[in-house]
Amino acid sequence: MAKITYIENNKEEHVVEVPNGNTVMEGAVQNNIPGIDADCGGAMACATCHIYVDEKWYDKIKKKEDGEEDMIDMAFEPNKFSRLSCQITVSDDLDGLIVRMPSKQS
Amino acid sequence: MISTDVIVIGAGPVGLFAVHQLGIIGLKAEIIDNLNKVGGQCSELYPDKPIYDIPGIPKCTGETLTENLMEQIEPFGSKIHLNERVQEVVKEGTKWKVTTSKQKIFNTSAIIIAGGVGSFEPRKFSLKDSENFEGKSIFYSVKDKSFFENKDICIFGGGDSALDWSIELSKKSKVTLVHRRDEFRGANKSIEIVNKLKKDGKIQVETPYQLESIEGKDKIKSVMIKNEDGKNKKIKADILLGFFGLIMQLGPIANWGLGMDKKTIAVNTENFETNQKGIFAVGDICSYPGKLKLILSGFHETALAARGCFKYARPNEKYRFEFTTTSKSIKKRLGVKNDKQE
Repeated sequence: MAKITYIENNKEEHVVEVPNGNTVMEGAVQNNIPGIDADCGGAMACATCHIYVDEKWYDKIKKKEDGEEDMIDMAFEPNKFSRLSCQITVSDDLDGLIVRMPSKQS
Repeated sequence: MISTDVIVIGAGPVGLFAVHQLGIIGLKAEIIDNLNKVGGQCSELYPDKPIYDIPGIPKCTGETLTENLMEQIEPFGSKIHLNERVQEVVKEGTKWKVTTSKQKIFNTSAIIIAGGVGSFEPRKFSLKDSENFEGKSIFYSVKDKSFFENKDICIFGGGDSALDWSIELSKKSKVTLVHRRDEFRGANKSIEIVNKLKKDGKIQVETPYQLESIEGKDKIKSVMIKNEDGKNKKIKADILLGFFGLIMQLGPIANWGLGMDKKTIAVNTENFETNQKGIFAVGDICSYPGKLKLILSGFHETALAARGCFKYARPNEKYRFEFTTTSKSIKKRLGVKNDKQE
């Protein structure tokens, strides 16, 4: 279980507890947190669950696998802290994680 | 006006198979798709990637699957209307009137929406003022190459389109290729050519940079690009080309009075009809408890939706269940003359 803070582009914060094994994307979608579309359902086939990981957390998260960076090329306003939230699996280590959503996904 | 039994919206694998399921029960269909080719996500997102979960086919690419489906529906002679998006769907008496972005009008008994996640559109520059220049000095595709001669062109993107057009347009124009990271994701061959052109001073390559601002009033004079560390660079440019891939936009479907759940359409699982009688939804765009976004699930959904269309297209006939192995009428529709020789 990890407590995750999702911050919308308008600065609104949502703090939820996400069970281990779920993805950061699922944590948002299942709790009806706006700002993450996840059109493809978590298959790394779109870039609509794009988030910016908080600077302090970025290096603590498991590195990107092949294909994620290519998909982020197609995301809206990517930067060096960009990740696809469907590719981050929650574990106890991520307790306290902070992610921010872009102003739009598509 | 074109009259038909069923309009299928979307020419992805599920839309194509819907035509097959309609065809074998004797219903005529026309397909409409916004892309310039058939295959939907299979052609656009993963043409070369193998798919491993099509029943009876251990492994095949999106492209092969599309080709095979086209062969499978060939006997039914359905017209495919590409580069057209369905704009409007209106009830007229017992029929539906369907209008496309090219003002083509269809009169149909039923509609099967196999629209995936919506229609594919190019991802655009996120800068607000880029809209003002769109179609004049900002483009997301190259239609007429001659327009791009003797210009200062700034190309953004890291995939094959960005690389290929950088190579091609640099023959007659000054090209700067800008990408948000150092690695390009296009074909190795293209990356090698771009690197060689860069070495020979024929192309300027700027990474990791992104568009920061556009300078110019009626025409673009230059652009400012910025890297992650905040360093700015000014690039002289009168044309910008953006190749950020395609995004899927639901588009006008949201306005057709269908029961929408986020970006999907709620259906029943008996025949995949929506809340509008005569409009069915199958494949990735439909939702029901337990829905899986798999091609094989889409195929199943089309079989039932096609039978659901039958009562609207042939209100005075009774649908009879038949197998392709034994039905003479199905074989006739498939154009099979002699099973044994086929």
